[in-house]
Amino acid sequence: MINAKDICKSFSDKQVLSGIDLDIKPGMIFGLLGPSGAGKTTLIKIITGQTGFDSGEVSVFGKSVKDLTGDDKKQIGIMMDDHGVYDRLSVADNLKIFCDIYGIPYSGIGKALEEVGLSDSAKKPAAKLSKGMLARLKLARVFMVSPKILFLDEPTSGLDPMTMKYIHRLILDRKDSGCTVFLTTHNMEEAAVLCDDVALLNEGKIVDRGAPSEICRRYNHQKKINIHLKTGEEISFPHGAESAEKISSLIAQGKVETIHSSEPTLETVFIELTGRKLEAEEEIRYA
Amino acid sequence: MHNVGVIFKKQLKDTLKNKTVLIQFIMFPAMTLLMENAVKIPDMPELFFTKLFSVMFLGMAPITSAAAIISEEKEKNTLRVLTMANVKAWEYLLGVGLYVWTLCVAGAGIMATGLPASDIPFYLGIMAAGLVISVVIGACIGVFSANQMSATSLFVPVMMVFSFSPMLAMFNDKIEKVARIFYTQQLRVLMNQMSFEGIKTESILILIVNAVLAVVLFFVAFRKKGLE
Repeated sequence: MINAKDICKSFSDKQVLSGIDLDIKPGMIFGLLGPSGAGKTTLIKIITGQTGFDSGEVSVFGKSVKDLTGDDKKQIGIMMDDHGVYDRLSVADNLKIFCDIYGIPYSGIGKALEEVGLSDSAKKPAAKLSKGMLARLKLARVFMVSPKILFLDEPTSGLDPMTMKYIHRLILDRKDSGCTVFLTTHNMEEAAVLCDDVALLNEGKIVDRGAPSEICRRYNHQKKINIHLKTGEEISFPHGAESAEKISSLIAQGKVETIHSSEPTLETVFIELTGRKLEAEEEIRYA
Repeated sequence: MHNVGVIFKKQLKDTLKNKTVLIQFIMFPAMTLLMENAVKIPDMPELFFTKLFSVMFLGMAPITSAAAIISEEKEKNTLRVLTMANVKAWEYLLGVGLYVWTLCVAGAGIMATGLPASDIPFYLGIMAAGLVISVVIGACIGVFSANQMSATSLFVPVMMVFSFSPMLAMFNDKIEKVARIFYTQQLRVLMNQMSFEGIKTESILILIVNAVLAVVLFFVAFRKKGLE
């Protein structure tokens, strides 16, 4: 569905992307993870033809991105973090503009607003929406055209956990209906919940890729089982037959409070690979 | 052309809620009606306020509104959303330009209500031509500016020069000599004659040079900045 080969991009003398390869299959949710400034948005802009690149090849729907026609572009939905809405117009009027552009009947507006939970706010001016509602309006705008590929740039950035979960549900629904989703985020938990495949981007380079669970297993160097006993004591056992017997015995005696394997999270893998944190960095940036 | 119509429709809807732009279209036509009916001074030239305000309207409303609309869309990144929805740059600019021009011609139509019926075609003809030049100048400023603030700092002096110089030229010969190179001053001269027969070649040439300069500047700005 989306292929990129050896993409390089620089702004002035700064190399922003270097040797990026992607192969995104139809119907999957692909996550591009990395801290701010890693090059995530630039990569989306390159793939969607919004900006050029210095070298490499990008194809979408099997066509070079430079050869995409108007009809091809109508099958691509893009929700960028910085894309605006018409503040003075109502929620419904904002969507009517895009119905007119795409030739969609206005009856689709009600369905799109219902899907994102904004039916009650259809007549409200966009300027009066909360940040979460604005994000949902932007989603309704891209959902309305039933795209085959959906590009979502930090779709839940700065939103409360409830709205975040709501948007996650919407994205998973889209996947269920066969849509391919390209998602950028610096939220590792979000990536683990949503993505079939992720690439970790740092300073313009992909440092690792794969299914989130597969990446975590790959970096499970400790291979230990951690047990928290009811007495408050923490015990670690290495993988092996001998440990299995001891763990079994503890469970049988009813001493175990919690039991966990030592697999790292995507966050700890990222730190191991780059020496950088993701969300903490964001927190400092916006503090 | 479909998207040109969509942009036109969007602007019409937006204008009703955008007081800053709306006032540009209403202020001079309303002032013309008011002053022509309320102020009667002995020896005052016939249709003094209509002619004076027409030229001010011509040099002010299209420039400020076109520049404000385009720069606002750039600042808020709604223009990028439109281009991502496959609205071409020319479709957007033509949609905005047509919308501003149409509303200004409608305003000129209101201002023409005080004129003798025989003068109305000439008046609307020269207003329509002058409004095209003003819309191009406004679009040029809008395209060149990254946001509304930088657009305002550009269109205020430009608009003041074009709209006020014909008025100041009435009182000062030196200013008149400079102002005659502006299309607004030439349109003011044409309005005083109010007939196709009296049009001088000099006026036509100045109008053409102003129009060509506006178009060239627009393409330079577009080439340099695009709709980014």
